[in-house]
Amino acid sequence: MSIQPLVTEAEPVPASAPAATRSRLLARVWRDRNGRVGLIVTGFLVLVAVLGAVGAVPHDPIAQHPDDRLQGPSATYWFGTDQFGRDIAARVAVGIWTSLRVAVLSVAIATVIGSLLGICAGFFRGWVDQVVSRFVDILFAFPAILLALAVVTALGTGWQNTAIAIAVVYTPIFARVSRGPTLSVGNAEYIKAQRVLGTPLPRVMLRHVLPNVSAPIVVQVTLALSWAILTESSLSFLGLGTQPPAASLGLMVSDARSTVANAWWTLTFPALAIVVAVIALNLLGDGLRSALDPRRESRS
Amino acid sequence: MTDKLTKARTGPHENGAPMSDTGAAPRPTGDPVLTVRGLRTAVRTASGPLEILRGVDLDVARGETVAVVGESGSGKSFTALSIAGLLPAGADVTGGSVLLEGRDLVPLPEDERRKVRGAEIGMVYQDPMTSLNPVMRIGKQVTEGLRAHGWSKEDAHERALEVLGEVGLPSPRALMRQYPHQLSGGMRQRVLIACALAPRPKVLIADEPTTALDVTIQQQILGTVARLRDEYGLAVVWITHDLGVVARIADRVAVMYAGRVAELSRTRSLFTEPQHPYSSGLLRSLPTPEHPHQALLPQIGGAPILLSDLPPGCPFAARCPQRADRCTREEPPLVNRGSASAACWFPPHEWKNTPMEVTSHAQGA
Amino acid sequence: MLTWRWFAARFGGAVLTLLGVTVVVFVVLRTIPGDAVTASLGTESGTLTPAQRESLNHYYGIDKSWFEQLWTWISGIAHGDLGLSTTSGKAVTELLGTALPVTVEIAALAALMGTAAGIVLGVLAGARAGRTSDTATQGAALVGLAIPEFVVGTAVVTILAEVFSYFPSTGTFIPMTNSVSENLSQVFYPSLVLAIPFAANVMRTTRSEYVEMAEADYVRTARGKGLHPGRIRRAHILRNATIPIVTLTGIQFGYLLGGTVIVEQIFALPGMGRLLLTSITNRDYPVVQGTVLVIAVLFVLVNLIVDLLYRAIDPRTRAA
Repeated sequence: MSIQPLVTEAEPVPASAPAATRSRLLARVWRDRNGRVGLIVTGFLVLVAVLGAVGAVPHDPIAQHPDDRLQGPSATYWFGTDQFGRDIAARVAVGIWTSLRVAVLSVAIATVIGSLLGICAGFFRGWVDQVVSRFVDILFAFPAILLALAVVTALGTGWQNTAIAIAVVYTPIFARVSRGPTLSVGNAEYIKAQRVLGTPLPRVMLRHVLPNVSAPIVVQVTLALSWAILTESSLSFLGLGTQPPAASLGLMVSDARSTVANAWWTLTFPALAIVVAVIALNLLGDGLRSALDPRRESRS
Repeated sequence: MTDKLTKARTGPHENGAPMSDTGAAPRPTGDPVLTVRGLRTAVRTASGPLEILRGVDLDVARGETVAVVGESGSGKSFTALSIAGLLPAGADVTGGSVLLEGRDLVPLPEDERRKVRGAEIGMVYQDPMTSLNPVMRIGKQVTEGLRAHGWSKEDAHERALEVLGEVGLPSPRALMRQYPHQLSGGMRQRVLIACALAPRPKVLIADEPTTALDVTIQQQILGTVARLRDEYGLAVVWITHDLGVVARIADRVAVMYAGRVAELSRTRSLFTEPQHPYSSGLLRSLPTPEHPHQALLPQIGGAPILLSDLPPGCPFAARCPQRADRCTREEPPLVNRGSASAACWFPPHEWKNTPMEVTSHAQGA
Repeated sequence: MLTWRWFAARFGGAVLTLLGVTVVVFVVLRTIPGDAVTASLGTESGTLTPAQRESLNHYYGIDKSWFEQLWTWISGIAHGDLGLSTTSGKAVTELLGTALPVTVEIAALAALMGTAAGIVLGVLAGARAGRTSDTATQGAALVGLAIPEFVVGTAVVTILAEVFSYFPSTGTFIPMTNSVSENLSQVFYPSLVLAIPFAANVMRTTRSEYVEMAEADYVRTARGKGLHPGRIRRAHILRNATIPIVTLTGIQFGYLLGGTVIVEQIFALPGMGRLLLTSITNRDYPVVQGTVLVIAVLFVLVNLIVDLLYRAIDPRTRAA
């Protein structure tokens, strides 16, 4: 049996080849109208969040000003004050930081674990696939917020725990998203060839499988970030996420329930921050999707 | 000769009026059912309207099949869509007429047009696998067209059974209750033909209906259509790029190039003595016993013309071995030469003996 | 055709998933520090004599091993026994029995309203694809998806109270069998809040499916038959677009059940969501366990129904 070198390293990657470097990907997102808007707004929110985190805001978000309770928006208090006279603008900035911090951590955990599970399931098939798929089915049987509630019950409150709870919710999504493409890539001749040639498994998966499944994962990341922000604020609203007096968008909406009738700004600004963040991430996801999928780009 | 050509050049094509004596010869074998004159269709684009059809002339008689052949982009499918009144959004007929038994369909409002469509002009399309609704029973797909044209439920049902049998499908009664995914491609194409023929139309327009099928099935379907054409006295317009199909089914052939008919001939004379250098080139690229695997899609040297960037004169001039000065200045009209009509300044006996550069792509071989 | 073999396989899969859910819920709740005794008695538990402690442990069944407890729980479920609430002492099944109808009604009404509105808007937008009204509808849908229910809910309660001086009756739930109007006055607004993101999602799918199906070859065939445009829209375009919409509705239902936790809280309705939150706060694990399990059962059941529906409307899935 004569063994011919079946493939070289330069073998072109089939199907969707997201070989584009980071800068090229961003450039393509920028060309998409939705992607551009999403990129700008997300960038702005990240900036605000960082300013909130380092305390570069006009007022202390926790400091109470009893004389300035429920003041409307003004030059001093841009977004007005709440029932304790705290500056809503500063609290919104810090709230965005809180939400983003939880969202990024939870999605990072979910992406790494979920993708790893999905890639292993798709790559090894057999019982590995059976176990992972069953597990994913079970987690999918819980409505998202319910699963998060259950995990928070077990772990207790606190932003790290909220992040873990949300990560548990979104792990199965990443497993499912990465399993499909791995299944189809795993059958490709050049992957089989790599295995025949004795390339170490982690290397095959990292160098050859991952690039092929990264496109749907990247898109999913932006969408999951937006859902994570919604879930985090919902948990906080229910009193099971961020705990007072720390600022959180969901908590601010919850507090506003008693004041909004006389002070519209207490509800409006934190709510707006959530909506803008979620829309921006969705638009960014749209932009990424068309940047990574040439078929879609040509159609729209 | 020169006088006649000069007169013809300023004649019918510019204003889209019905052609008179310079019209498409040879005359159809019977009374014409469908008569297309100077048909012009344009697509709206960002840079203004783009003419896809630049004055198409065609007529089809009862019991006759006229094949319309040409490269993709020649306007053959747009001819079919314009006749049926099914142009996509953004495309409009801008001139000429489509006469069905003497009645011009072009100026009719959409409501009136719809009554003609299906009832008097039937359509069969290219891809039988996707042209049937996957979630509707076969019976319903045949009867709904009848119901739309005023048939009663019972009559429509009876007629559907009858026509499914006529197109050569076994056990129509059981078939009526089946779904498309349960049928083969050839059977689906027969169902589509049954849908088109159920209301007993006068004209059948077939847009490459056999291209997606394998050769045996294709032959059977061609036979069925030919039989039904005779039984119904149908006028058939058969759009295709396959000269083998043309030879098999057509009485006459219209060769289209750049949105116009370049040559209109009896099928036999097209194959024996083509009157247009383009037709001649097409024929040379046909498979021969020595080269049986030549392409179904004949390719002629030089790039196909861009309708958006049409030069003055004959649109084929750039690729034509017979090109003379005149060809790049004036566009030749379609003129009668006895056995055929051709849009060329020079009759074949005046052609120089330069072989045309022919390349072929072994597609479908 | 719809085979029994398929149904058995699908049903078996659902049961297996639910068994997994049961185990997951059990394990998650057993990782919580503190137990039922400390939870129900609080700091007083420290004053218990060892004998009292032991008898309480025995009462709550936590003197056994995890495995035995799991077994007790699962065999209890099989007998329709979900244990006793550690706060009220009532049977968990009894609590769930009163809470379940509230949640089911809210979710069903929301799904109904959301699907109807979503399909209508989606078709309108799809038929005008590319025009201003289409862009506007799509923008509205994006906003509808991005606004959390707790914001809309808070706004709705405030507007009802402040502008219309209307306070939906809360506290005890009035079933539809008692008074349809009073029942609806309780359930309508929370359902409306949940219907908004639901409708937005259905609308987006309907629109994209409509646009795609309108270009399908069989629609061209239908036009060639001379059918009326209205008939083409209904019998050909929409009929085919229904298939992915049904699938989406099933997936979305889980989201809806999650949303009930929030609207029940805002509108103070005694449904499953509120029961769950209260039991979480009270560390009433049997109730938490039971509630989560029942919601998961509901979700799995809805997806089973969606699967059946899917096979009923798409003849291609029946070939086997």
